[in-house]
Amino acid sequence: MQTPQHLDAKNGRIVNLDDLKTIAEQEALLKSQLKHRIFVCMGTACQSCQSADVLDSLTREVSTRGGQAECLVTPGGCQGNCAEAPLVVVEPGGQLYRGVAPGDAASVIDSLKTGPVKRLLCDTTAPFFTEQTRLVTEYRGLVNPERIEDYIAVGGYIGLLTAVTELTPDEVIQQVTRSGLRGRGGAGYPTGLKWSTVAKAVSEQKYVICNADEGDPGAFMNRSVLEDYPFRVLEGMAIAGYALGATQGYVYVRAEYPLAVKRIEKAIAGAQRHGLLGNNIANTQFSFHVEVRLGAGAFVCGEETALISSIEGGRGLPCPRPPYPAESGLWGHPTLINNVETYTNIAPIIRNGGDWFAKIGTEKSKGTKTFALSGRVKNTGLVEVPLGTTLRKIIFDIGGGVPEGHKFKAVQTGGPAGGCIPAEHLDAPIDYESLQSLGSFMGSGGMIVMDDTSCMVDVAKFFMDFCATESCGKCIPCRVGTVHMRDILNKITTGEASLEDLAQLEELCDMVKYTSLCGLGQGAPNPVLSTLRYFKDEYMAHIIDHLCPAGVCAGKGQDIRRPACVL
Amino acid sequence: MRVVTLSINGQHLSGRNDESVLQVARAHNIDIPTLCQLDGLSTWGGCRLCLVHVEGNNKLVPACVTNVFEGMVVQTESERLARYRRMIIEMLFSEGNHICSVCVSNGNCELQDAAQSQGIDHISLPYLYPERTVDASHDRFTFDPNRCVLCTRCVRVCDEVEGAHTWDVAGRGIKAHLITDLNQPWGESSSCTSCGKCVQVCPTGALFEKGKGAGEMVKKNEFLVYLEEMRQKRS
Ligand SMILES: Cc1cc2nc3c(=O)[nH]c(=O)nc-3n(C[C@H](O)[C@H](O)[C@H](O)COP(=O)(O)O)c2cc1C
Ligand code: SF4
Ligand code: FES
Repeated sequence: MQTPQHLDAKNGRIVNLDDLKTIAEQEALLKSQLKHRIFVCMGTACQSCQSADVLDSLTREVSTRGGQAECLVTPGGCQGNCAEAPLVVVEPGGQLYRGVAPGDAASVIDSLKTGPVKRLLCDTTAPFFTEQTRLVTEYRGLVNPERIEDYIAVGGYIGLLTAVTELTPDEVIQQVTRSGLRGRGGAGYPTGLKWSTVAKAVSEQKYVICNADEGDPGAFMNRSVLEDYPFRVLEGMAIAGYALGATQGYVYVRAEYPLAVKRIEKAIAGAQRHGLLGNNIANTQFSFHVEVRLGAGAFVCGEETALISSIEGGRGLPCPRPPYPAESGLWGHPTLINNVETYTNIAPIIRNGGDWFAKIGTEKSKGTKTFALSGRVKNTGLVEVPLGTTLRKIIFDIGGGVPEGHKFKAVQTGGPAGGCIPAEHLDAPIDYESLQSLGSFMGSGGMIVMDDTSCMVDVAKFFMDFCATESCGKCIPCRVGTVHMRDILNKITTGEASLEDLAQLEELCDMVKYTSLCGLGQGAPNPVLSTLRYFKDEYMAHIIDHLCPAGVCAGKGQDIRRPACVL
Repeated sequence: MRVVTLSINGQHLSGRNDESVLQVARAHNIDIPTLCQLDGLSTWGGCRLCLVHVEGNNKLVPACVTNVFEGMVVQTESERLARYRRMIIEMLFSEGNHICSVCVSNGNCELQDAAQSQGIDHISLPYLYPERTVDASHDRFTFDPNRCVLCTRCVRVCDEVEGAHTWDVAGRGIKAHLITDLNQPWGESSSCTSCGKCVQVCPTGALFEKGKGAGEMVKKNEFLVYLEEMRQKRS
């Protein structure tokens, strides 16, 4: 794209709202000259299904037919129904094609004249699409994640430039507080409160950290958001930097997310080029720099003090709090640490005002939440709903329910520190408090659906094994306790456990929960506690009858004990 | 720094607000069990033996890393704490291979002392019997990881006091273990100054002087407090 005249004079720097408007207008003009825009998802799931080849062949098909001037083929973002990758959207019209192969290029281009390609078409009037509220995943991936102009065209950077040129840091924090936004990293700590604590701390240096470690098994919301909206994450961080008086930010992202890393690095370079990161943003005194730090993928490095230690170059070990990072964090300086999704909500809050955000959700849990819906549901993928939506709506309307002929048993939320919620609580609203009262946890948004083919003891064992492997080993209860709990669960699933073992398991759960140093150990017993709360009969069937009702630990009706050695 | 008043186990006491609950308790002869904490080293907060109740806080807090504040009400003993402390020690016994009768530190071991003070004469957790290899490559000292409780006192003294940082921990969870340098045999370490501080601060028989027989290794770690005081005076 050509750079607008007056931006040129400033070396391409974008310094005020007018500059943004100029770019947005230019983008609108470009768009109006196009008859069609075709978005090919370039997220991890679609790329692993060769969407790059699909993009190539569509581009070639258009140029062979000489249609470049009126039809743009461009990389796009996630549509949510990742199981049907690669996904392609045709605009205008919004036809969503699934499972598109490079060989389908001709049919897709033909369809621009002759009408949709029926065999590839997804029904976008299905509840999976219509029942979602997209705030974090705004514009449903219809922006090229690597082009800052695409982001600006949909309102990007209005938040940052408004904050820096028109609001005081206090006013920014006020808006965030009014919005009622709570941390999306799991615990739901009020974001405004956290920001004002860091803002009040007196220090020459403060830091802003984006937690993109995302270690929960089955969770991929943060990855998707980073891949699709890297500029928005950076914008949120920069607004935080302005509000708190911090000049340096870090995005801590696991190296297993190569595409997210590439996108965020590209976005940093792009934002710097346009003066939206770096020195004297909007020609003011405010400077803000961001660097990427790669994690090696340990789950515990998502815990804030361990993450900080990892950035400092140390082992990823948690430290006792207090002091909280807000007081003494990275290199001993006051540090704000928020989740990817928390930052993603910031720009729209500043753009539209805190009150606008506070209208969405429930009284105590505002806004929307993304969930990685997986397991035994028809429609798996990335979904976003207002907080307060019922579990039933997500699983049965959006998710389409469990596969034919099976019965819903439980839904696991909150990752390894979460719990399993049974059918009788399906009408519970999803918010921080109600999930906790049901013995589960919001977590970062993993949601695993289980039906009558899942054994709840086996599920508990899976999560305990995960915690035992991911424990950092610093404190004794978690390091040793998780291993003993896993061993007892193992004994239960092989029919070797007694009721005394069960009693010991319960005793260990209580002890590890209340004595561990960090959230990993404190949360590790939860999957056991919640399955004991709702599915004790399954534990009993294993221990007393040596049977696995779900037929997982051995076939249905078969003895789960290992057959005696025949040699 | 400010002087604050607080109560521990119903006793009204005073302390400085930069002191930990543990420091104030000890100054008044109130005993709180500890293992990873050692005067003269940075705090660690890993063993969890020193957990206590603080009124108004629904979580248990580690006395070694929690500072006192005005009006604080602390309870260091309860049936629940006793149960947890017992389990922590049982976990340590189940985790390693602690055979007291043949150990150089028999009779002079902080793990043994802790077990005795909690009235532990057997454990109800199954032994894990890990396979661990002894490192006797150093001229003067031996490291027997079977007896290691991962308190990291050796790591801290080596880094913070001796300044060598020969010791560190590798691995995660139950596989976490001590290493010297980049996981080379101790005897081949190029950073080790053979000062022996690690041996003296080790609470069990995991680190000991060569030539010591069963029950003969007595550790002396009082030098740490003295060193700390001298260094503070000089600076
Ligand atoms: C074991 C463990 C793992 C965690 N992993 C993550 C993670 O992957 N991403 C995240 O944002 N927060 C994670 N957290 C929570 C962070 O410690 C921290 O509370 C969060 O990043 C704060 O951001 P928020 O206020 O925006 O939620 C984890 C916590 C624990 C105890
Ligand atoms: S609870 Fe587990 S992960 Fe957390 S500090 Fe203790 S050992 Fe490490
Ligand atoms: S002495 Fe306090 S945690 Fe070890």
